[in-house]
Amino acid sequence: MIGVLQFPGSCDERDALQACERVGEARLVWHQETDLSGLDGIVVPGGFSYGDYLRAGAIARFAPAMGAVAAFAARGGPVLGICNGFQVLCEAGMLPGALLPNEGLRFVCRQIELTVAGFGGPFATEIEPGQRLSIPVKHMSGRYFAPEEQLDELESTGRVAFRYAPGQNPNGSVRDIAGVTNEAGNVLGLMPHPEHAVDPLTGSDDGLDLIRAIARQPAAA
Amino acid sequence: MRAKVLIRPKQGILDPQGKAVERALPALGFEGISEVRVGRLVELETDDPAKLDSLCEQLLANPLVEDFEIVLDEQTSGNGRSLQ
Repeated sequence: MIGVLQFPGSCDERDALQACERVGEARLVWHQETDLSGLDGIVVPGGFSYGDYLRAGAIARFAPAMGAVAAFAARGGPVLGICNGFQVLCEAGMLPGALLPNEGLRFVCRQIELTVAGFGGPFATEIEPGQRLSIPVKHMSGRYFAPEEQLDELESTGRVAFRYAPGQNPNGSVRDIAGVTNEAGNVLGLMPHPEHAVDPLTGSDDGLDLIRAIARQPAAA
Repeated sequence: MRAKVLIRPKQGILDPQGKAVERALPALGFEGISEVRVGRLVELETDDPAKLDSLCEQLLANPLVEDFEIVLDEQTSGNGRSLQ
């Protein structure tokens, strides 16, 4: 069973729920829930949690459910943060770096090509390094940033999960980084929206690989 | 006690908002202005100013990308607002 978090201001939780239900069972998890027992994976979805006041993800990080999510991740449970979910996980310190306002100061909303940069951990089971995925982005604050020495470390330890394909970086992210994992590899965040790319009818079903990867995780203790 | 917290993008971090403001200025006839950086100002009342550092590090600023500065103001005369 996959849990899809829902904060006030989330707006992609229904798509994430529906995407997860294509490959397994899923339910919504209200932001005040703290009992995550019975869940095998967690999706922190996109949107504008708590209005994105102060900074994107800054307030959601203090939601009661987030303490339980951190404990779940610490036990090795797989957590996938998408867009605002990525911002929340960075603010919570569960992923390295920060997401800053787009270089072009515009909201970007378009289909984009990603390359899989070759990461380890549980999410790698369904996705091959070098693979190209066509997945939409839609965000205002997606410019990934981390200090140079931290970026070197992320790259040398295989924690850069996704890069924007050459020439397609939509937001000025440093080193074209679109997604990263934590040290253990069980927490993954990315700005593009795999849950919006699950049906060829809407342009691509490349996102299903990632959704499948979280759905096929063994239950966390 | 009233306090103001000034939050700015760290030096070296690209601030596209500041750049956009800077680029708009010549069109309005303002020449010779450069290095524009746009930050945030948070005003608050506190019983315990000693906790403000921690509050800033945990919530008001993201220390990875932002610097913060706390300005304490014990004078709350007049209309209660102090602008310096």
